Amino acid sequence: MTVADVLLLALGAVAVGSGAAVVTSTHLVRSGLYLVISLGAVAGLYLVLGAELVAWVQILVYVGAVVVLLLFAVMLTRAPIGPSRDLDRPAWPALIVGGGVGLGLAVLLADAFRWTLYDRPAPGTTERMGTQIFGQWVLPFEVLSILLLAALVGAIVLSRPDIGARKGDEA
Amino acid sequence: MHAVIPYVTGALLFGLGVYGVLRRRNAILVLMAVELMLNAVNLIFVTADAAVRATLVGVQIESWAYPNGRPAHSGGVFALFVIVLAAAEVGVGLAIVLQYYRMRRAVHVDEVALHHDDEQVSR
Repeated sequence: MTVADVLLLALGAVAVGSGAAVVTSTHLVRSGLYLVISLGAVAGLYLVLGAELVAWVQILVYVGAVVVLLLFAVMLTRAPIGPSRDLDRPAWPALIVGGGVGLGLAVLLADAFRWTLYDRPAPGTTERMGTQIFGQWVLPFEVLSILLLAALVGAIVLSRPDIGARKGDEA
Repeated sequence: MHAVIPYVTGALLFGLGVYGVLRRRNAILVLMAVELMLNAVNLIFVTADAAVRATLVGVQIESWAYPNGRPAHSGGVFALFVIVLAAAEVGVGLAIVLQYYRMRRAVHVDEVALHHDDEQVSR
């Protein structure tokens, strides 16, 4: 057990524990805040694994933008402040399928990689990642920018009632 | 570094995400569970990248397969792409949820009518 192992175990436990709180909490807002903890712990895992740029982008985009958007949506849909009773469906199918997928994948990966010791790789700093993105992966990068623009336009069209399908258009 | 620790963490996070998608009725909570799944996949990408790069040291790659030089940090690059996709997905998904809330005053996914109701279209 090295320092990296201890950090990986601790951050992984925090990520899984707060992830469990996200899917079981009866408070909508608390679910969002537990999601912040889970995403932050995963960002710490990225740092230990040597992916620095991914960790900071995770903090910036996920914790900074996605969770804030989700909390905005919680407030815009007038969610109650206290615990809500009607958030869940029956547990058994979800428990069987989710537990089966999670434990099955965990057993598969644990059996595949055993307790093998790996060297820690060279950190993925911004310079190295930028060289890769704008060299090897420049075409997917541009396609992603088009996709972001399409998502932006789509969100605007969806949320404006005055554009889009008119009443008389329905066949 | 034992790569099995983040691998198992990613697998458990993915299972939690599947559980949340199937269990929750509130559409916003379903989106949160989807975020958990995307994060688990990102974690697996980054871990696989680190483990593979630590293992394949001194392996000669085929030069015709990579004309732009040896690829490195591909897992990290893919994790960045998935983060961008997740941001786009949340944007459009929340627009749909808010529009549905404006029409029906509810965000429960199991009450969404899949058939066409003429009398309920009241916009």
